[in-house]
Amino acid sequence: MNLLLILFIPLLTVLGILAVPKQQSRIVALAGAIAQLILCLLLFVAFNRERAIGNVYPILFEQQFTWFPSLGFSFHLGTDGISVAMIMLTAFVVVAGVLVSWKMEEMPKEFFFLLILLSLGAYGFFMSLDLMLMFFFLEVAVIPKYLFISIWGSGNKTYAANKLALMLMGGSALILVGILALYFSLPTGERTFDMVRLSQMNIPFELQRWIFPLVFTGFGVFTAMFPFHTWVPDGHSSAPTAGSMFLAGISMKLGGYGCLRAATYLMPEGAQEYSNIIIVLASIAIIYGAFATMMQKDLKYINAYSSVSHCGFVLLGIGMLTKTAITGAVFQMVSHGLMTALFFAIIGMMYERTHTRLVAAMGGLMKVMPFIITVMFIAGFCSLGLPGLSGFVAEMTVFAGSWEKADVFHRGATVVACMSIVVTAVYILRAVGQVSMGPVKREYIGLTDAVWNEKWAAVILIAGILLMGLMPSWLYDLVTPGVDVIIDKLAGN
Amino acid sequence: MDTSNILLIPLLPLLSFVLLGLFGKSLFKNKSGFIGTLLMAVSFLISAVTAYTYFFKNGKVDGVYKASIPINIPWLQFGNGLKIDMSVLLDPISVMMILVVTLVSLMVHIYSLSYMKGEERFPVYYSFLGLFSFSMLGLVLSANLFQMYIFWELVGVSSFLLIGFYYQKSSALAAAKKAFIVTRFADLGFLIGILVLSNQAGTLDFQTLIARLTTQGPVLSSATGSMFLGISALSWGLALVFMGAAGKSAMFPLHIWLPDAMEGPTPVSALIHAATMVVAGVFLVARLFPVYAISAPGVLQFIANVGAFSALFAAVIACTQTDIKRVLAYSTMSQIGFMMFALGVSGYGGEAGLGFTASQFHLFTHALFKALLFLGAGVVIHHVHSNEMRDMGGLRKALPVTHICFLIACLAISGIPPFAGFFSKEEILLAAFERNRPIYYVALLTSALTAFYMFRLYFTIFWWKPEHLKHHDASNHKTEDLFKVLPLVILAFGAVAAGFIPFGEFVSSDGKVLPSVFHWEFSIAPVVAALTGILSAMYLFRKENNRPHEVSRGLGLIYQAAHRKFYIDEIYLFITKSILFNMIAKPAAWFDKNIIDGLVSGSGKATGWVSENIKTMQSGKVQQYGLAFLAGIIIIVSVYMLAMK
Amino acid sequence: MMEPGLYHLLIISATVFFAGIYGFFTRRNLITMLMSIELVLNSVNLNFIAFNKYLYPGKLDGLFFAVFVIAIAAAEAAVAIAIIINLYRTHDSINVEVAEEMKG
Repeated sequence: MNLLLILFIPLLTVLGILAVPKQQSRIVALAGAIAQLILCLLLFVAFNRERAIGNVYPILFEQQFTWFPSLGFSFHLGTDGISVAMIMLTAFVVVAGVLVSWKMEEMPKEFFFLLILLSLGAYGFFMSLDLMLMFFFLEVAVIPKYLFISIWGSGNKTYAANKLALMLMGGSALILVGILALYFSLPTGERTFDMVRLSQMNIPFELQRWIFPLVFTGFGVFTAMFPFHTWVPDGHSSAPTAGSMFLAGISMKLGGYGCLRAATYLMPEGAQEYSNIIIVLASIAIIYGAFATMMQKDLKYINAYSSVSHCGFVLLGIGMLTKTAITGAVFQMVSHGLMTALFFAIIGMMYERTHTRLVAAMGGLMKVMPFIITVMFIAGFCSLGLPGLSGFVAEMTVFAGSWEKADVFHRGATVVACMSIVVTAVYILRAVGQVSMGPVKREYIGLTDAVWNEKWAAVILIAGILLMGLMPSWLYDLVTPGVDVIIDKLAGN
Repeated sequence: MDTSNILLIPLLPLLSFVLLGLFGKSLFKNKSGFIGTLLMAVSFLISAVTAYTYFFKNGKVDGVYKASIPINIPWLQFGNGLKIDMSVLLDPISVMMILVVTLVSLMVHIYSLSYMKGEERFPVYYSFLGLFSFSMLGLVLSANLFQMYIFWELVGVSSFLLIGFYYQKSSALAAAKKAFIVTRFADLGFLIGILVLSNQAGTLDFQTLIARLTTQGPVLSSATGSMFLGISALSWGLALVFMGAAGKSAMFPLHIWLPDAMEGPTPVSALIHAATMVVAGVFLVARLFPVYAISAPGVLQFIANVGAFSALFAAVIACTQTDIKRVLAYSTMSQIGFMMFALGVSGYGGEAGLGFTASQFHLFTHALFKALLFLGAGVVIHHVHSNEMRDMGGLRKALPVTHICFLIACLAISGIPPFAGFFSKEEILLAAFERNRPIYYVALLTSALTAFYMFRLYFTIFWWKPEHLKHHDASNHKTEDLFKVLPLVILAFGAVAAGFIPFGEFVSSDGKVLPSVFHWEFSIAPVVAALTGILSAMYLFRKENNRPHEVSRGLGLIYQAAHRKFYIDEIYLFITKSILFNMIAKPAAWFDKNIIDGLVSGSGKATGWVSENIKTMQSGKVQQYGLAFLAGIIIIVSVYMLAMK
Repeated sequence: MMEPGLYHLLIISATVFFAGIYGFFTRRNLITMLMSIELVLNSVNLNFIAFNKYLYPGKLDGLFFAVFVIAIAAAEAAVAIAIIINLYRTHDSINVEVAEEMKG
C-alpha cells in the first residue's frame, strides 16, 4: 500500500473545501474524512496481510524521497504497528469531529479546512521516519490550533489560544534544539535525521544524556507532562467541540508517540538514565491530576484535568521501559484518544442545548436526552476503567507492565497510579451522576435529544471503544512487534 | 457434555441486555419483561442440566468431582507471559453458584413482571437485570483471576445502575455512587492483590496459581520469602484480595454501602444485594481457599475475625433499624459474616474442611431464604407504599401468602429445624466450635440476635398494629398476584427443602466427600438461642404495647449508638469530606491554578514586563540610534585592539 | 616647503571625518545631516586615494573604490533627498526631531 495516499486524501479534501461554496464545504469534509477512515482500515488490513505472509521487517510500506539532501532531510515514510494504530485513531476522531461540527455556522469553510489540515499533520507525523519531517508535520498539526481557538473558541479564548500556542511552541523549540544538536553532534559523514539510520548507529551515552531530556520534555509538553500541563485545561475548555476532540484525542498523542519513537527508541540509554524521573512525574500527574479534577466545576475542565491524569499513564508506561508497560502506553493513547473525544463531543452536544457546562447547573438530563446521557455514561465508564471498554484494557496493561519491576520505587509508583482508579470513579460519578440523575430542572424540560449527525459521531467513537475493549488481542498483535523493536533497542541489541 | 451449551448460560442474559438495551424502548416496550424472563428461564434450564450432568452423570472420578475448563478463549496477554483468557471453569462451587444465580435471577425476573409494571423505564430495567446476570455468571465461571476481576467490576457497575434506577431521586444517586465508590476502593486492594499474586505465581490461571502457591517449591518459597513491612508477599497479596472480597461482601468496615443500596428497586435488592453479588466475596475467598488455608493461615485467621465481628456488629444494628429493607440489609451483612468466618475457621481437606462446606452450604440456603425475605418485603412495600415499619402492621390477613412465606424465611434464617438455615448454620457453628471457640460464642450470640431481629420484623409487619393504622384498612386492594406469588412459593419451598441436601457430598474443600454427620446433641444450644430470640421478640412486638419503647429507653446510649449504626457513616463522611476533599483535592486544585499555572502566566508576564521596560530605548530619534551605533563601534574596536595586543 | 606625506593626508581625512560625525550628531536639519554624511564619505575617499598613492603606487584598487563610493553617495543623496521632501510634505519641516513615529 502506498502511504502517500494517506497524505493525499486529506490534501485533496483540503483543496476541495477551498474550491466549493461554503455551504458544501462540510459535505466535502465528511466525504474526505470517511474516505480516509476507509483507507486507514484498508491500511490495517494490508498491514496485517503483510504480516500474515511472513513479512517480519518492523517497518512496512517504506517510502523515501530526497527532499533537502544538502541538509540531510528526506521525505521518509513508513509504518509499524504503533503508527497504524495511531493513524486509525486519528481517522476515527476526525470523522466524528466533522460530524459533530455539521451545524457549524460561523465560517464553516475555514473551519473544516483547518480541521482537515490538522489531521493531515497528524497522519504525516505518525508516518514520518525522518526527524525533520516529523517536526514539520508536528508544526502543521499545532499552528492551526491557535486559529481554531482564537476564532471559534469560547470563554477566555485569546488567553487560552496564546497560552496553548506558546507552550506547544516552547515544546517544539526543545524538540528542534534536541534534534539539531543530535544531528550536529554526530561525526560529519554520519550526520542524518533519518530515524532508521539513527536507530542503527550507537549514539554515544554522553550525547544521549543531554539530548534525551530535551526531546522527551519537548514531546512531554504535548502530552501534558507534569508540570507542563497547564495549557491543557485552558486550551481544551476554550476550543470549539471538534477542536477539543482533536486536541485531546490526537494532539496529546503526538507527544506520547514522539516520546516513544523519537526519544526512547533513538536514545535508549538516555531513557534508562531518566526513567525514574519520568516515573515520578507521571505518577504525580496521574494522582494529582485526578485530585485536581475532583474540584472542577466545568465539564470541559473536568475532562481536561482527567486527560492530564490519563495521559500520565502513557508516560508511566513509557517510563517503566518494560514491554508490557510500553504496550499499555500505546493502548492508553488509543483508548484515551477515543474516550476523550467522545466525552468532548457529548459535552459539546449538551452545551448546545443547555448553554452551560457547569455541572451544578444541570440535573436530571437522563429524562430529556436519554441518548446523550447514555453515551456520556459510556464515556464516563470508559474513563474510570470499566471492563469491556477500552480504558480498562489500557490501564490494566500499564499496571501489569509496571508491576514487573520488582523494587519498592517502581511498585510504589504503580500503587499510586492504581489509586487513581478510585479517585477517577469519584469524579466521574460525581459529574455524570449530577448531570444525568436527580430531579430534572424546569428549564431543561423539552430539550431535544441527539440528532443524526451527533448520533453517528457517538456511534463511531463507541465502536472504536468497544472494538478495543471487547477484543483487545488484535490491537495487541498489531502493536507488539513495534514495541519489541523498542525493547530490543533498550536491551542494547 | 456438550460444552457450547455452557457458554449460553451467561450469553443469554447478555443477549437480553443487548436486545432490550438497544431496542427495548422502540420495539418491545412492555413485552421486554417477557423476553428477558424467557431468556433467563432458558439460561436457568441449561444451568440445571449442566449441574445435573456435572454432579450425577459425569460424577466423581477417583472420589472427587473433577474441575474442568471446557471453554477457553484467549483475550489479552501481557508481555511477561501472563495472559487473560475468557474461560469457563466447572467445579463444584461454580456449578453450585450458576444454579443459585440463575434460579434467583429467574425468580426476580418473574417477580419484576408484576413489581415493576408500569415503570417508565421498564425495558431498561430488564436490560440491566440481564447485564447483571451475565456479569455474575461470568464471575462465578471464571477460570482466571483477572477474568474474575473483569466480571467483578461489571457486577459492580450493574449494581450501580440498578441502585440508581430511580434516577430522579437524589438519594438513589447518592446511594449508587456510594456503593460504586466504596466497592471500587476495595477493588483497588483486589487489583493490587492480583498484581502481587500473579507476579509471584507467574500465572493468572486459578488452577495453576493454586497449585504453584500451595506446593513446596521455588515459587512458594519466594512468595513467602520476600517480605514487605515484615509481611510476606503472599500474605500481602491474599490480604489485599480479601480486601476486594470484603468490599463486595460488605464486611466491616467496608459495609457502609450495603444499607444505602436499598434505594434500588426491591427485586434488585433481592437479587444483587442479598443473594448473589454480595456473596461474591465469599466465593472469591472460597475460590482461592487452598492458598489461604495451606500457605497463609494468618490471613485466614484475620478473615475469620473480620467475619465474626461483622456478623455480630450487623446483627446489633439490625435490632434497632426501622426501615424494613435496612433490617434485611444488615441481616445480609451478618449472614455473610457467618459465611466468612466459616471459611476463616476452616482447614483444608477432610474433617478440618467442614467450615468450607458449611460456608458454601450457607451461601446456598441463604440465597434462597434471603431472596424470599426481600421479595416478601417487596410485596409488603407495594401494599403499604412505605419502607417504614411503623407504617405496617397486622398485614397477615391482607397478604396471606406473603405472610406464610415470610414466616418460613424467618424461621429458616433463625435456624429452626427443619428449615434450610438450620442445617447450614448448624454446620458453621460446629466448625467454629471445633476450631475456634471464641468465634463460636460470638456466633451463638449472633444467632440469638438474628432470631430476635427477624421476628421483631415479622411481628411488627404482620401482627402489631399501630394506632394510626387502625382506622384505615389497606386490605381492600389486592397486591398479591401470580407473578409475585409464584416466586415466593418456589423460594419458600426451597427454604424448607434445601437443608436436606447432603451438601458435603458435593462441595468440600478438597473435592472429596465430606459426610454430613448430624449431631443432635450439639444443636441444642443454637436452637435454644434462636428460640430465646424469637420468644423475646414475641414478648415485645406481638401485640401493641409500650415495652419496646421502654427497653430502648433503658438501653439508652447503647441503643442510640446502634440505631445510628455506630456512627460509621459519619466517620466516613469526615474522612472523605474533610481529608480527601478539603485537605487533598482542594489544595491540589489550588496549587495547580495558582502555583503551576502561576509560573506559566508569570513567565509570560515577566516577558511582557521586560519588553515594556526596554522599549524606551527605541526612541524614534535617528541621531540617538547613530550615537548608539558609534558608541558600539568604538567599544568593539577598542576591545578588539586591546585583545590583539 | 615640505612635500605633503601620507600622514598629512590622514590628518586632513580624520579632521573631515570627525567634522562630519560632529555635524551628523549636532545638527537637526536633515539637509545639513546629509551634508555631514557626505563629509564622512569624502574623508573615506581621501583615505583610499592616499593609501593607494603611498602604499601601493602601482595599483588602482583605491581609486576604483573611491569612484564606487562617489557613485553610491550620489544614489544615496537622491534617495535621502526624496525622503526629506516627503518628510517636508507630511510634517511641514525638515527638522529631524519631528520625525519620531518609530518610537517604541
